Amino acid sequence: MKAGEMTGNTGRGGSAHGWKYVKKQLYKNRCLYAMIAFPILYFIIFKYGAIGWLGIAFKNFNAHAGFWKSKWVGLKYFKMFLKDPYFYSILKNTVLISLWCLVFYFPVPIILALLINEVKNYMAKKLVQTITYLPYFISTVVVCSLVVNIFATDGLINEAVVFFGGEAKTYMSDPSWFRPIYVITEIWQHAGWGSIIYLAALSGVDQQLYEAASIDGATRWQQVLHVSLPGIASIISIQFLLMVGRMLTVGYEKILLLYTGSTYSTADVISTYVYRRGLINANYSYGAAISIFQAMLSLILIFAANKAADKIGAASLW
Amino acid sequence: MEQILMRSNYSKKPHRMRKTPGEHAFGIITAIILIFCCVMVIYPIYYMFIVSISDGYAVTRGEVVLYPIGVNFKAYKIALGYSSVVRSFWNSVLYTVVGTLIAVVMTALCAYPLSRKKMFGRGMITFIVTFTMFFDSGLVANYMIVSSLHIKNTIWAMVVPGAISVWYMIIMRTFFQGIPEELYESAYLDGGNDWTIFIKIILPLSKAVIATIVLFYAVQIWNAFIPALLYLDDSNKYPMQLLLRNIVMGSNNAATGTATVAGDSAVLGKNIKYAVIFITTAPILVVYPFVQKYFVKGVMVGSIKG
Repeated sequence: MKAGEMTGNTGRGGSAHGWKYVKKQLYKNRCLYAMIAFPILYFIIFKYGAIGWLGIAFKNFNAHAGFWKSKWVGLKYFKMFLKDPYFYSILKNTVLISLWCLVFYFPVPIILALLINEVKNYMAKKLVQTITYLPYFISTVVVCSLVVNIFATDGLINEAVVFFGGEAKTYMSDPSWFRPIYVITEIWQHAGWGSIIYLAALSGVDQQLYEAASIDGATRWQQVLHVSLPGIASIISIQFLLMVGRMLTVGYEKILLLYTGSTYSTADVISTYVYRRGLINANYSYGAAISIFQAMLSLILIFAANKAADKIGAASLW
Repeated sequence: MEQILMRSNYSKKPHRMRKTPGEHAFGIITAIILIFCCVMVIYPIYYMFIVSISDGYAVTRGEVVLYPIGVNFKAYKIALGYSSVVRSFWNSVLYTVVGTLIAVVMTALCAYPLSRKKMFGRGMITFIVTFTMFFDSGLVANYMIVSSLHIKNTIWAMVVPGAISVWYMIIMRTFFQGIPEELYESAYLDGGNDWTIFIKIILPLSKAVIATIVLFYAVQIWNAFIPALLYLDDSNKYPMQLLLRNIVMGSNNAATGTATVAGDSAVLGKNIKYAVIFITTAPILVVYPFVQKYFVKGVMVGSIKG
């Protein structure tokens, strides 16, 4: 999808052609509108409706009074968030977890794709792909259940550590272990699936380039560095920017499953804070204010990332 | 012609020169790394399985690492003996079937009109739809919507809020756009309208992409746990994922878990946990090998042309 498709087409038709034209068009496509009516209703109710509910951030929302009867309080909850003692810590944790993923997770699918691309045996290649894609389809709950059990005090990791003469540790309740564990599960679950997009790009690299390189005496390692890697450079930069754009939207699903009270200092991110303060403590207005803060910053980041992608000449993200 | 010959030659024999020791080493290192990756991916799943079928005492002593010891299916018997496990399993099946049905129909109804370039207002509707991809209104607002519609604690809270994934819709739309325009034109000439064209021509041609999307949704709904966590209070309605989370994460949910297994609880505990994890994953593992190619095809369409 190109950027123009998203916004550019809106100008077509409309007032330039007059009301008669619009009416004729609407009648001509009535079947299409009938089809899309339900989906649009869905988006209006569940997506734009939710955006509307964010309005409670400016109100002192009271579940009994409902949306309209709750009192307006202006920016009270936004100010409260900026002064919140946890503000810096959850912002920092969110950014740091994203950075960890950027540094340790991001290169893995690329390397994996380059390696799989070097496998010339069709069956072996398919087998590796089948195996590495599998974790993507396993639920987060199952993945986290395995992690919690394997890293438990009587779990596999500690058994191995003790076997080799080390000392058993409580990984799951140690704040300094949270980020590594998070990134490890991220790699385990998503690296294989993430490699698909790079493999697709690699299959588009002209085979004659490899031929030419090998005639020139390039070793396979040099071919990887000088043919394969440049061939997928643009898709790498797109993926990189996409990930930067999503920096503030660290998913709460996995963190809710992995963190414990003792690891809040490194594990608590914006969205989990919204869950605890907003939903569990039923402080809906405050939760909504934090959500607005996060959504706005994310939107800015994503558009900046798209602009950057345009600048460096890579195709825009959508 | 020469090029074609060279290429086909290439695919069989990548290097016409004899392999140097360096090339050999490269191949071997690649193989070793990839085998290592595969082992790392498979092992946790394999481990979960062997623990679940091993003797409880051997598990507690930490002897079960590479192969099962004292193979038995007691843990499965006990796990499936809990009414909550069985009930949650069927809840998950129900949510997945109903949810997938709703989602696929809604997604197709959204994707087809947006694939028709002639539709007036298409750009605006596309914008309305895609904007929701970039603006996440967060947990609180979504919770408010569901509770204000009074669908909390019902199956609808599980299957309706996630009915259309914009990403899957784009995959489907891209596929529909690839269908030759001549087909539409001849159908219009024959007096068909968009409904008949959609149902009689487009859908039969799109079996592959529909299969892909069905599988994507089914896996997603089967695996989802956040909607259940947020919107379900009644434990009789819990899907498998939430039940599993309560069992394994040592929640104080007394309805399930190991505490009720008298005496043996500590010993059987680990087996049963792993058995429940495996029961939760089994449907995915059974379906996965058969559908893998569809998944990959789907993601390719979405990522390259989308």
